[in-house]
Amino acid sequence: MKDVLEELDRRRDAARIGGGQRRIEAQHAKGKLTARERIAVLLDEGSFEEFDMFVQHRATDFGMADQKISGDGVVTGWGTVNGRVIFVFAKDFTVFGGSLSEAHAEKMVKIQDMALKNRAPIIGLFDAGGARIQEGVAALGGYGEVFERNVRASGVIPQISLIMGPCAGGDVYSPAMTDFIFMVRDTSYMYVTGPDVVKTVTNETVTHEQLGGASIHTTKSSIADGAFENDIEALVEMRRLIDLLPSNNQADLPEIECHHDAEAIDKSLDTLIPDNANKPYDMKELILKTLDEGDFFEIQGAHAKNIITGFGRVEGRTVGVVANQPMVLAGVLDSDASRKAARFVRFCDCFNIPILTFVDVPGFLPGTAQEYGGLIKHGAKLLFAYTQATVPKITVITRKAYGGAYDVMASKHIGGDINYAWPTAEIAVMGAKGAAEILYRSDLADPERIAVRIKEYETRFANPFVAAERGYIDEVIFPHSTRRRVARALRLLRNKHMEQPWKKHDNIPL
Amino acid sequence: MFSKILIANRGEIACRVIKTARRMGIKTVAVFSDADRDALHVEMADEAVHIGPPQAAQSYLVIDKIIAACKQTGAEAVHPGYGFLSERAAFPRALAAEGIVFIGPNPDAIDAMGDKIQSKIFADRAGVSTVPGNLGVIESPEEAVVVARDIGFPVMIKASAGGGGKGMRIAWDASEVADGFARAKSEAASSFGDDRVFIEKFIVNPRHIEIQLLGDKHGNVIYLNERECSIQRRNQKVIEEAPSPLLDEATRRAMGEQSVALAKAVGYDSAGTVEFVAGQDKSFFFLEMNTRLQVEHPVTELITGIDLVEQMIRVAAGEKLSITQADVKIDGWAVESRVYAEDPYRSFLPSTGRLVKYRPPAEGVKDGITVRNDTGVVEGSEISMFYDPMIAKLVTHGPTRLAAIDAQAEALDSFVIDGIQPNIPFLTALMQHERWRAGNLSTGFIKEEYPDGFTGRATDEETRAVLAIAALSMDLIRRERLEHHTGRLRPASGKWRTDYVVRLDREHIPVTVPEGYAAVPLEIDVTIAGRTLTVTSEWRPGEPVWIGSVGGDTVAVQARPAPGGTLLAWRGVTTFSRVMTPEVAALDALMPVKQPPDLSKYLLCPMPGLVVSISVAEGQEVKAGETLAVVEAMKMENVLRAERDGTVSAIKAKPGDSLAVDAVILEFA
Repeated sequence: MKDVLEELDRRRDAARIGGGQRRIEAQHAKGKLTARERIAVLLDEGSFEEFDMFVQHRATDFGMADQKISGDGVVTGWGTVNGRVIFVFAKDFTVFGGSLSEAHAEKMVKIQDMALKNRAPIIGLFDAGGARIQEGVAALGGYGEVFERNVRASGVIPQISLIMGPCAGGDVYSPAMTDFIFMVRDTSYMYVTGPDVVKTVTNETVTHEQLGGASIHTTKSSIADGAFENDIEALVEMRRLIDLLPSNNQADLPEIECHHDAEAIDKSLDTLIPDNANKPYDMKELILKTLDEGDFFEIQGAHAKNIITGFGRVEGRTVGVVANQPMVLAGVLDSDASRKAARFVRFCDCFNIPILTFVDVPGFLPGTAQEYGGLIKHGAKLLFAYTQATVPKITVITRKAYGGAYDVMASKHIGGDINYAWPTAEIAVMGAKGAAEILYRSDLADPERIAVRIKEYETRFANPFVAAERGYIDEVIFPHSTRRRVARALRLLRNKHMEQPWKKHDNIPL
Repeated sequence: MFSKILIANRGEIACRVIKTARRMGIKTVAVFSDADRDALHVEMADEAVHIGPPQAAQSYLVIDKIIAACKQTGAEAVHPGYGFLSERAAFPRALAAEGIVFIGPNPDAIDAMGDKIQSKIFADRAGVSTVPGNLGVIESPEEAVVVARDIGFPVMIKASAGGGGKGMRIAWDASEVADGFARAKSEAASSFGDDRVFIEKFIVNPRHIEIQLLGDKHGNVIYLNERECSIQRRNQKVIEEAPSPLLDEATRRAMGEQSVALAKAVGYDSAGTVEFVAGQDKSFFFLEMNTRLQVEHPVTELITGIDLVEQMIRVAAGEKLSITQADVKIDGWAVESRVYAEDPYRSFLPSTGRLVKYRPPAEGVKDGITVRNDTGVVEGSEISMFYDPMIAKLVTHGPTRLAAIDAQAEALDSFVIDGIQPNIPFLTALMQHERWRAGNLSTGFIKEEYPDGFTGRATDEETRAVLAIAALSMDLIRRERLEHHTGRLRPASGKWRTDYVVRLDREHIPVTVPEGYAAVPLEIDVTIAGRTLTVTSEWRPGEPVWIGSVGGDTVAVQARPAPGGTLLAWRGVTTFSRVMTPEVAALDALMPVKQPPDLSKYLLCPMPGLVVSISVAEGQEVKAGETLAVVEAMKMENVLRAERDGTVSAIKAKPGDSLAVDAVILEFA
């Protein structure tokens, strides 16, 4: 008996060393951790249970029959994050460069199926070289199976991808279909084709970093939702995100004890809006002062900064926040901002996370660049996403809510549940100056008369009361009571139930 | 007694005067400029009158507007605070002409003390010890050399109309005198439009000590002991205390009595201050007399128990002083820090903007320690570029000097300000400085002890222990909360593990705790670097300051969220922290140390927009925080500032250019 037990220990030890000490050291030298080390940091201490540790590939071509390593380049299993179940797979770069074989894909699919069946989030840690070329079409088939699972699980369980090394070719599409992608700065990159192919095809000379580094994907391409300094920071922050997310689309919102009094008023918000209407202010201050303890997990913080998206808690329960940022481009809606917010709103709706919207929007961004880029369709995505969302929707207009952008930003008309406005809100078709100049074109030559007209328009429309008279605004609230009002509204909406007519799925303007 | 007074000032001093007036049952009127519409002093006063645009020259300094405000509101008297109109003899005269009482000295006394040479002559005549020197105006370099030899080197050549260090020259020998004379004269002419200079003895390692006086309109004057204000930065007082660690009773009495003699000689009839320069040998020499309430008056109030503003109001109303010299005692020690909106890490550049967070320490008396915070702001206030960047005066009082200093350090540690960078890290670091704690002061203290500016206090074992303990205890409480997270597989035991590693910046510090369960209040014995300390704290997640007891000492550590950890600040040390298991810490040690990317070479357009103006020229040297360009986007002007010091090597855009995001506006060398 003892021998048998010892044999298990021996086999486990052999599997756990992956590609061997030399490769582990090479991984460390690059500033990266190994797959198992990463899992150990991500999950609660001692909670990881590994599956398929002894799986090996079945390829025989190109001498592969002689090269077999237990695990075959991916570590899979389950564990807990602060006691809640999570499934995980981590590419093991020390084994065949983490490349995907048929057996490797089978391991991934198995864990994806388990995650879906058990309705728990899944996180993938990517650090691999793509398809195992020696296996040819079998690897491609494996990718397809993984993709299919990604899509089937989408909207049922949260799927998170953390890119911690190379992620290229077929490997990129699995993360691309998950809910969030995060990257580690300097050690990770993502692209469909690498610099060598780019050079051959287009004659462009680029580095890995320029083509697909974290700096590119968090700012320009918006592929990544955030980036972190190193493996440890990334994994610690992933735990923070997982704490905020429901386990599945039918689970209750996660809740923790809250010590931040939701009844307290915050007088400082009464001076947040500057006297000068053209002076920006930082919308993040309002977000941080409305959420519990000023704790905010921002999504896509470096991309389309004119809109802010992210998660926080109110009275211990998760909320999603969408807010125009007057500090950047005056908070205007453009194509990037619309797409960014639309995707975030849809994530929240999938997982029953209430949406809190702060509005200070001067309209959609004019110009050929925007129109040629399809602003109409991108703007429509946000409009569609908000309208379609059946989760509790609470809206607070702080200053401008002009034109079509007013409608888009979770207005009453598209299903806002509770719509508040600060006394500083201006809900109008456009700013007073523009409106007066159109209405009184004949007065344009006379600056004095036009000034009177602007003043007239301002007095009539540059306030929340015209909208409130019509019931478009449920209540005009003091800025200092924003947190209290939002908390109350969330309590009120806790059992909101709303259904869309049956459909196979909608046809959002993609 | 008056039934209503107007305060011709703003900020903390206006609030300070209003508090006393309110306690005395007197109604108050505030005045405010456009920039102060939402200011605290406006809110605190019973009435408020708008007096014009933000620039002081068009609002707070306009006598007619103040008088009009008095008439409009029926205020019978005006308290001028400090600065602004407080030492202009024309102001009380104008008020008197309208039948309004000035809560301050009579204008003749202000006149007598206003001119440096004049005041020295008065002081000399009144028998006040003056710096050996020639009080007359010196005409030629030759005369200057003769006078200097007579006084004895080193000497200082000073502008008669001077102040703020301008037109001052120190000379150690005859040739330096001749040279310094010419320079001081031309500087005086250009700075003050008055080229008169005089020469006096230069005191090596001088200290700044001043005597608080109080007089009435019946010829009574008393002295309320001294304050020492030797901790100065560029002639600006930073820290003040009372009493002075230098003086003995005899010197104190001599200084006090001479000051009273001077006050009586000029018919002084309010609160005032006689400033002295003192040598380390307790010699002292008259510097000047300030005919107003001083910024640092609270330290005197705390050691004497006398409300100076109340006394000023009473004597202005014609009351006789009810306090005699014999009543004036010294009770304990008081220390005041001036909290400025100045970034200590960027050579104290003004840091203006919105106070996103402003949470001063709790005021009041506890265990024999008094904490008092005189301020004119609240959370959400704007620190504007138009006025003095002082945010608050934090004063602590205790039975001894060290008790007051330790209380000051603790109060500063728990003073949370976000949105701008205040000088608090510098102040709290200074409270730990051995030379300051020893009372071995001079006005050159800051220049001598921080010759290269302030870069944060060097950390030591004690500091590391405190920070690691604060980090660990916060982490244990956060973990405890997450153990009750809904959706757990099985209830957590709540039992903590016994060994951790706390990362402070790049250093890993092992700590151990006995077996136990986390709960608020936390009580735990933490072993760190071979020492076991009992730690207690009632901190809960989200509180910006961790207040706890570490080995019996109360500490207040500020905590701000940072990616993957918490940013901690204590006693001028700011550090990133992360609490890990030893296993995770071993992996953390493998993480590469990265050089921060060099983005300083370019100023990029942060948004698509129109260049309104470029404020610099090619080849120009710029300081961090200086305006480089203004870009308009969506009809909003965005000011782009230099992130660090540098030289502009090329300008790539011009006003009127329409720029895309990340377009290069200018390049640095």
